[in-house]
Amino acid sequence: MTAPVTAGSARGTAPGVSGFSPETPGVPREDLLRALETVRDPELDEPITSLGFVAACTVSSDGDAEVRLRLPTYFCAPNFAYLMVADAYDAVSALPGVRRAEVVLEDHFASDVINGGVAAQAGFAQSFDGEAVGELHQLRADFLRKAVMAGTDQVCRPLLAAGQEPAALLAMTLGEVPPSRALERLRQRRADLGLPAGDDAALVIDPVTGGPVRPDALPLHLRKAKITRVSIEANAGICRGMLGHRYNHTQGQGETVLIEDSGLPADS
Amino acid sequence: MYESNGEKYFIVDSHMHYWNAAPDNWVPGHEQYAKGWIECFHAYQGLGPPETHWSIEHFQKYSEDDLLKDVFEDGHVDKAIFQPTYLKEWYKEGFNTTERNGLLGEKHPGKFITNTRFDPRDGDVGLDQLKRDVERWGAKGLKLYTAEWNNGSRGYKLSDPAAYRFLEAAQNLGIKNVHVHKGPTIWPLDKDAFDVSDIDHCATDFPDLNFIVEHVGLPRIEDFCFMATQEPNVYAGLSVVIGGLMHALPHFFAKVMGELLFWVGEDKMTFGSDYGIWEPKWQIEGFVNWEMPDEPAYADYPKLGVAGKKKILGLNAARLYDIDVPKEFQLLDDNSAAAQDDAQLVDDRSQPVAGA
Repeated sequence: MTAPVTAGSARGTAPGVSGFSPETPGVPREDLLRALETVRDPELDEPITSLGFVAACTVSSDGDAEVRLRLPTYFCAPNFAYLMVADAYDAVSALPGVRRAEVVLEDHFASDVINGGVAAQAGFAQSFDGEAVGELHQLRADFLRKAVMAGTDQVCRPLLAAGQEPAALLAMTLGEVPPSRALERLRQRRADLGLPAGDDAALVIDPVTGGPVRPDALPLHLRKAKITRVSIEANAGICRGMLGHRYNHTQGQGETVLIEDSGLPADS
Repeated sequence: MYESNGEKYFIVDSHMHYWNAAPDNWVPGHEQYAKGWIECFHAYQGLGPPETHWSIEHFQKYSEDDLLKDVFEDGHVDKAIFQPTYLKEWYKEGFNTTERNGLLGEKHPGKFITNTRFDPRDGDVGLDQLKRDVERWGAKGLKLYTAEWNNGSRGYKLSDPAAYRFLEAAQNLGIKNVHVHKGPTIWPLDKDAFDVSDIDHCATDFPDLNFIVEHVGLPRIEDFCFMATQEPNVYAGLSVVIGGLMHALPHFFAKVMGELLFWVGEDKMTFGSDYGIWEPKWQIEGFVNWEMPDEPAYADYPKLGVAGKKKILGLNAARLYDIDVPKEFQLLDDNSAAAQDDAQLVDDRSQPVAGA
C-alpha cells in the first residue's frame, strides 16, 4: 500500500535509508531523481517526475535503489503503466553505483503482475500471459508520433504568431528555427522514431514516413498537429487533477506545477 | 428547462446513471476492483466545483430522492437518459443495470428514457437477454463499455464479428442509438484500448445506427475527431468534457470545445452530465454562460451561440430519441438536421493520421 509522501519533500528519506547528503558515499539521490526525469509517460509525453508519479525514491549507501510510483487511478491503462515501470527500472539500473534497483507501482489493479514482470525482466507479453500478443514497441512508436505532431504545433505556432506565412514553414529547416525547449523536444522525439532531426531536416514532416508534407495538405496537417497537442495537454491536466484528488494533493518527487494556459509544466 | 437572458433551453441529459457501488454490492474476492472503480469516479467528481463534492459514502450509493432532486428539481433537466454499466465481475447486482434504472424510471413516467446494453462475449444467452431488455424497457438506445471484464476477458472491440452479430440483432429490434464508452483494457492488452477505429468500422457498416462516442473519445480526442468528421452518423457525447474540464481546466475546456466545434460541429454534440459523477445544475448553468475566449489562441475556433447551446443541451439528443420538444424551446429556423461539415479541409487527399 501507499506510503504517505511528505509534501514538497525533495529530499525526504525513509527511516533506515541513507538519502542524499554530502557525507554519504554512493549514489546521490539527486542523480536518481535526474534518471527518473528521463522516464516519460508515453501517453502524456511528460516526465513521470513532473507529473507527480514518483511517490518516493531512495538509494542506500550500498547502492540499493528503491522507487515507488503512483498513478492517477487504480485502472490506468496497464500497457502504459508497464512501460513506465520498466523504463524507470532501466534508467535507475543504468546509474553508476546502483547495485540493485527495485521499482514498485502502487495501488494499481495490475501492480503485482507489472512489478513482478519488470523485476524478472519478463517482458510485457509474458507478464500478461494470454492477455497480450506482443511487446509494446508499436504502442510506444504510435505515441511518439503523436508527440511529434503535438511538438510540431508547439514549434510552429509561435512562428505563425510572429507573422510567418504557413506555406513558408514547408521550406524551413529545423536549423532555421530559433532555439527553444519545444524545438529540442521535437528533435528528440523525431530522433527516437528514427526520423530526420538534424539542422538540415525539414521542420514539417509526415510523422509516419518522415517525408515532406505537400502544400495542399499543410493546413490539415497543422490542424491535426494542434488538436493532438490540445488532446495530450488536456489529458495531462485531467490526470494531474485525478492524481491530486487520489493522494490528497501530496506532492510527488520532482513534481512541477501545471500552468494551464500554456499546458506546459512551470519550468518548460 | 433552463431560462437565461430571456432564452429558454430544453434540457436532455443524455448520459446519466443510478448506481449502487456501496460495499453491500461488492463481489466477495473482488472488493478491490469495486472499490477502485468507484474511487476513480469519485476522483473525477473532484474536478467539479468544491461545493458540489460528495462524501465517498454518499457517492457510493445515492437515493432515488437524491437523484430526482439533483437532476430534475435543482438540475433543470427535462428528460434524462439512463445509460447502464454492468460490471458484474465486481458488483453483485451490477453497477447500474437496465433493470435498476428502468424500475426507477417506471415510477416517474415521462422523465426518463431507459437504455440497455449487450456484451458480445455472452453469446446466444446475451442475444436473448438483449431481446428481453429491449422489449421490457422499450429501449431505443444502447450503452456499450468495451473495456468491461467478463470471465477472464478484459474487453472487446466493437468491430469483432461477435459484436457485429449483436449490432445486427439490436438494429432488428429497433435500436437507433449506440453510446460507446472506451476504457483502459481490451484484448490484447498490448494495443491501445482507447483506439476508436473499431467505431469507425461500425459507423460505416451500420449507417442507420447513430454512434454517440461518450467522453468524446477521451483520452483520444484527436482520433475521435478525425473519425467523426468523416462519418455522418457519429456524435460527440460531452459527458466528462463539461464536468471534468469546464471548472477545473477552463482554458483546456475552451480548446477542447473549439476543436469539437471545428471537427464535429454543434449539430452533432450532445450534453450528458454523467450524474452521479457530477450534478447537472452547475454544468448547465456554466455552459449557458460560457463564451469562447476572445484571445488570439482561440481565434481559429468557431464561436458557439445561443442556438448552438440549445442544440447541444437538448435539441440534438431530442432528435436522436424522437423526444417531443414544446414549440417555445425549438429554434425558429431549425436546419440542424443537415449536419454541417465544418472540417472542409478533410478530404480524400488527407495524410495518414499520426498514430492511426
